[in-house]
Amino acid sequence: MEEQKKDNSVMLGFWIYLMTDLLMFAVLFAVYAVLRNNTYGGITIREIFNPPFVLVETLILLTSSFVCGLAMMAAHVQDKKKTVIYLITTISLGLIFVGMELYEFSRLISEGNDWTKSAFLSSFFTLTGTHGLHILIGCIWITILLIHIAKRGLTPSTTRKITLAGLFWHFLDIVWIFIFTIVYLMGGGA
Amino acid sequence: MSINKREGTMSSYITGFVLSIILTLSSYLVVTQNLIPKEMVIAVVIFLALLQFVVQAIFFLHLDKETGPRWNLIVFLSTLSIVILVVIGSIWIMTHLNYNVMPQEDVGNYIKYDEGIAK
Repeated sequence: MEEQKKDNSVMLGFWIYLMTDLLMFAVLFAVYAVLRNNTYGGITIREIFNPPFVLVETLILLTSSFVCGLAMMAAHVQDKKKTVIYLITTISLGLIFVGMELYEFSRLISEGNDWTKSAFLSSFFTLTGTHGLHILIGCIWITILLIHIAKRGLTPSTTRKITLAGLFWHFLDIVWIFIFTIVYLMGGGA
Repeated sequence: MSINKREGTMSSYITGFVLSIILTLSSYLVVTQNLIPKEMVIAVVIFLALLQFVVQAIFFLHLDKETGPRWNLIVFLSTLSIVILVVIGSIWIMTHLNYNVMPQEDVGNYIKYDEGIAK
């Protein structure tokens, strides 16, 4: 009962943190929306948008969000082996996603299109980069959780932390849906 | 909200995953293939994104499973109202600012161009 009560208050606190994070992303989306056409004669989103590449990124992140949910469920039924396997899969997919994003960034920068070239590029790098940084931090967080599991097993405290990490991961996938739609699909194709 | 209810069930995750994939692929196809009239593309992809958001909020985040005082939902809805104000407000104000700081004789042309009236 005491544990349950703690779960509830921790959950609400973490949820409020996620909502403040959502506010930050909203501001970055607003900045992008305002500056998206201020390209200063340089590259536009149309030239950046590589449809199959971004689709693969999206599907990878979606799959990792799904696998993360499976890890939360496995942790809840105290299945340590499955939890570990699912969490490792989640991190691997997350790292592939970050790798693809870094590849896209490095290609842009090597072609001379870094964030100093136009207001559009600044807002583009800030929005997608902030999301990528969140994914990277999520990977580090889950790695630390794996060490916890290895050392202490699936205690109520570890299970609670896995649930929070899972919420964080689902949240990042939802933010990406909007980056995929607003930045890439609406800017590049429509 | 019980943390236990947050885990959901296998079937809810699979439903959410399959629906999300379908929605992602359909918005991708709408943009890359010329399936529907050009003017409708933006409205359709925004609609599909919102639909996918609802799908993930229900099947992944289980926002609908909350019992008792629905604090999570309340915090979420109040945040959402600020988000809408910030995003729509910024776009609205900055578009007007654009018109108001340009040479006044150009404003008419720009508005026509932005609204798609000009050739």
